[in-house]
Amino acid sequence: MITFSYTVFIVLIPFILFLLLGFFGNKFKPVVSGIIGTTGLFTSFLLSCYTAWQYFFVVPKVGGAFVKLIGYNITWLRFTENLHVDLGVLLDPISVMMLIVITTVSFMVHLYSIGYMKGEKGFERFFAFLSLFSFAMLGLVIATNIFQMYIFWELVGVSSYLLIGFYYEKDTAVAASKKAFIVTRFADLGFLIGILILSVTTKTFDFITLTDPKGPALMQGGSILFMGLSTMTWSMIFVFMGGAGKSAMFPLHIWLPDAMEGPTPVSALIHAATMVVAGVFLVARMFPIYVISAPAALEVVAYVGGFTSLFAAVIACTQFDIKRVLAYSTMSQIGYMMLALGVSGYGGHEGLGYMASMFHLFTHAFFKALLFLGAGAIIHAVHSNYMNEMGGLRKYLPITHATFLIACLAIAGIPPFAGFFSKDEILAAAFEHNKILWAVEYAVAGLTAFYMFRLYFSVFWGKEVHYHHTPHEAPLVMTIPLMLLAAGSIFAGFIPFQNLVTSDGLPFVKEIELSIAIPSVFIALLGIVIATIFYRKETTLPEKLAKGLGGFYRAAFHKFYFDELYLFITKKIIFNHISTPIAWFDRHIVDGGMNGVSFVTNQVSDKIKRFQSGQLQQYAWVFVSGAIALALAFIYYWTL
Amino acid sequence: MLVMRHELLLVIITVILLLVEIFLPKDQKHKIILPAILLFTIVTILGFLPGITGELFGGMYVSTALTMTMKNILNIGTLIVFIQSVSWLKKEENKEKISEFYLLLLSTLIGMDYMISSGDFMMFYLGLELATIPIATLAAFERYREKSAEAGVKLIFTSALSSGILLYGISMIYGTTGSVYFTDVKAAFEATPLQILAFIFFFAGMAFKIAIVPFHLWIADVYEGAPINVTSYLSVISKGAAVFILMIILYTVFAKIAIIWRDVLYVTSIITMTVGNLFAIRQRNIKRFLAFSSIAQAGFILLGLIGQSQLGMTTVIYFVLIYIFSNLAAFGVAGIIANVTGKETIDDYDGFYRTNPLLSLTMMLALFSLAGIPPVAGFFGKFFLFAAAAQKGFYILVFIAVLNTIISLYYYLLVIKAMFLNTSDQPIGYFRSDNYTRIGLLLCVAGILVIGFASPVYEFILNLSYGLY
Repeated sequence: MITFSYTVFIVLIPFILFLLLGFFGNKFKPVVSGIIGTTGLFTSFLLSCYTAWQYFFVVPKVGGAFVKLIGYNITWLRFTENLHVDLGVLLDPISVMMLIVITTVSFMVHLYSIGYMKGEKGFERFFAFLSLFSFAMLGLVIATNIFQMYIFWELVGVSSYLLIGFYYEKDTAVAASKKAFIVTRFADLGFLIGILILSVTTKTFDFITLTDPKGPALMQGGSILFMGLSTMTWSMIFVFMGGAGKSAMFPLHIWLPDAMEGPTPVSALIHAATMVVAGVFLVARMFPIYVISAPAALEVVAYVGGFTSLFAAVIACTQFDIKRVLAYSTMSQIGYMMLALGVSGYGGHEGLGYMASMFHLFTHAFFKALLFLGAGAIIHAVHSNYMNEMGGLRKYLPITHATFLIACLAIAGIPPFAGFFSKDEILAAAFEHNKILWAVEYAVAGLTAFYMFRLYFSVFWGKEVHYHHTPHEAPLVMTIPLMLLAAGSIFAGFIPFQNLVTSDGLPFVKEIELSIAIPSVFIALLGIVIATIFYRKETTLPEKLAKGLGGFYRAAFHKFYFDELYLFITKKIIFNHISTPIAWFDRHIVDGGMNGVSFVTNQVSDKIKRFQSGQLQQYAWVFVSGAIALALAFIYYWTL
Repeated sequence: MLVMRHELLLVIITVILLLVEIFLPKDQKHKIILPAILLFTIVTILGFLPGITGELFGGMYVSTALTMTMKNILNIGTLIVFIQSVSWLKKEENKEKISEFYLLLLSTLIGMDYMISSGDFMMFYLGLELATIPIATLAAFERYREKSAEAGVKLIFTSALSSGILLYGISMIYGTTGSVYFTDVKAAFEATPLQILAFIFFFAGMAFKIAIVPFHLWIADVYEGAPINVTSYLSVISKGAAVFILMIILYTVFAKIAIIWRDVLYVTSIITMTVGNLFAIRQRNIKRFLAFSSIAQAGFILLGLIGQSQLGMTTVIYFVLIYIFSNLAAFGVAGIIANVTGKETIDDYDGFYRTNPLLSLTMMLALFSLAGIPPVAGFFGKFFLFAAAAQKGFYILVFIAVLNTIISLYYYLLVIKAMFLNTSDQPIGYFRSDNYTRIGLLLCVAGILVIGFASPVYEFILNLSYGLY
């Protein structure tokens, strides 16, 4: 019998690190806390690898399919016999895959941060928060029930808030952290409503029961109707709202670009590879419910994903802050994953989209983390975020340049890099189910190649810039993670995902369809060629194009005015016309009432103080008369 | 005799300590502290060994898994009191009487254990008296202080009165049923007017111990006057033991008239928590404040008793366990402050966080737990308590209880506000607490945190509670 109880340590180690560094971090030298954190995460990483090996290759399959295992479980809150909240470790293909992704990226980011954050104030605080985040994220993916997931979901939100606002002396960072927290909190409200509807209908929180084909969630899905949609559909739409918030899907995406105020390693860990895919993971976790009981909700997922990917890709083409370009690119790629889930069916080759989505999540984690860490190295070297202040850096930063190029090729979908394989599966899945979305994704593929190489050429080629001091390559502790991730970006595509991570746990056969792959590569190459013409050397072409597009370009540059729109809605409409009257009501009527109540309470409290006279005979009198009064009252009430 | 393990062990160490006391020279009395604590720690640990259940003396003494757990809980609480009181006992004016404190405290604990294990009303009454009278002497421990002497006198007089009423009730029970054995009484009890009167008198006697309104008036004076460590023992262990035995008797002996006593508890529960809260708001002395807040807590406990079921029982024991840790932590901090600086009012705590952050945090944790703020243990205690009552359909009662929780939050936060937000020209200066106090507080904090997060404790009690039905 193979036990998986050790998996609890994968999660606990980062938590212990957090406590250690959080409480005693200031007792160590900064470097020591960095090394402690990195070593701890490395241990978690090794354990995850061991878990994955055991899970995928050692544990016997049931009927050829991977089973869901409970590695560790305790009952935490027992409401009734059936309804209880457990804390535990659920192992299935996607959670094991996520363990690998999170611990790998987290370990890389820890290592990288030792160099990147060197000399920063609050170095050990940074590592404590990183560990807290890793703990929360790992707890989220191994959750055995939706309630546990929600707890860690919120913890992820908190630690993300802490990390975005790491430079808390900077106003923009504080504003960004608040924005991220409030927007995702708002989305989580939807998630919570979804959980409540789900648990009321199914009387369980447990994922295994929920996704069981014979379980209550799948059997009674369409029973109750509200506004033409079944209860299960409503609950899944609300759950997706939470996922959309964390994954920065349109229209809840506004926090992600601002979140780039955080330190760059944080962006790599949280806002590229792990937290932002939590929404995708959530939909994947509940996938059987979506696909069987709530197809309408899945439709929503597909269109939101598709629209976001296009929308974000267009904006990405117009931005100059390299981290923001990457942020929009992340949104676009997550849109891809959502779309893939949305167009997927259940079981066998039907579930191609599901597998493609998870595959893309996996490969994307590598090259997007690499891009962010590369961007960090660039920023580290030139002390600027703006690509129009850069150029010709390939001579100064050879390693960063090479790894960045690999990542760009991977994300653009050029074979044989990782992104090609996963993106190809997504396109194939979309082609089978929804031709419109498929066409959109082709356009996005072209745009992706264009904006990535726009970034690449502007930074590493383009005009010669005179820097204040000569940019220098980052130290080894930063370039090693770059190289490792670059290796991942090259080879991750060859992992046979169709045998490992599928919607029903059964492997299926898939091939690269040339009719899909060739046009997609062609479009990507087209994007790269255009970017080369525009940005390889300094030309006036970009400005001409921007002028030619006129209003559309300006709108895209201003992110389609969504920030302004939200500000208008919140400040002008909600604050003025809803909040102000409510505030008045609150201040005068509610507070007045409360003050009245507290006044009366205090008065009563004052008056009855006299009972407490300190005189023993009075105490005795009250005692006896109290007993007699009680006795008389109850004898009268019960017998007469 | 292993059935009586808890009591016998306590008797043995009481005798040992008495002998040690006799042979210690007069200026060496403080040397008894360490052996006393070590011996009692051993007893506490031995209590957890799997015990033998059964009856003794023809059913006068009953030991079940449930009573053993209750005794263990009381042992843990008493151990913390032992540890916390060291710094106070070492004061010059108490030095000669240190062993008295231990001997008297152990006697009351023996009384409580017998009370919990009683199988008839005689045994119960003996235990009750043994658990009460020594406490009156303890309350007057600092007899050179007028208030302490007053507390002792008031406690002995009022408890004599309550014992009288209780005995009157028991005699009527005996008169109407012809037996004092719990099992016989249970079979013969029929809710005639006289029996209801008997029950109410019995209940009034217990209500005195638990401090239920209107039988609570002694509390304020005694709690304020008695030395703070005695107060904490009184408010936590003494009350916990009384709750345990009341629960057992209500659920077994008076099971037939459950609909009646449920109403009695319903009414007194509402009055108790409301009055306790209203009194607590205005208190400025921390001991009086904690005294009234503990009255309000007693109201919550009654609410749990009403949800008469396995769940109700579990929640009450669980709540008492958490209450022990939380209240002892609060009293522990208040005690060390009073011992070091002599300051006892809430206004003195202004700016305390700046000078003594760790103690302030401990106090905050304790008060959060008492108020029931997640994620500390107190939240789960209250949550389960309310859930048990709500499951039986007492929605109005639960609603009133929630309102009272809000009121209580207000006054608990007042203390926290004083420590953390208020500033003072002359805050209490920094002081280092001795190791005993630290260990005591550490145990409490660990309890507050661990019990909240570790569900096995709750599950364990839940499984035990099957025993009673």
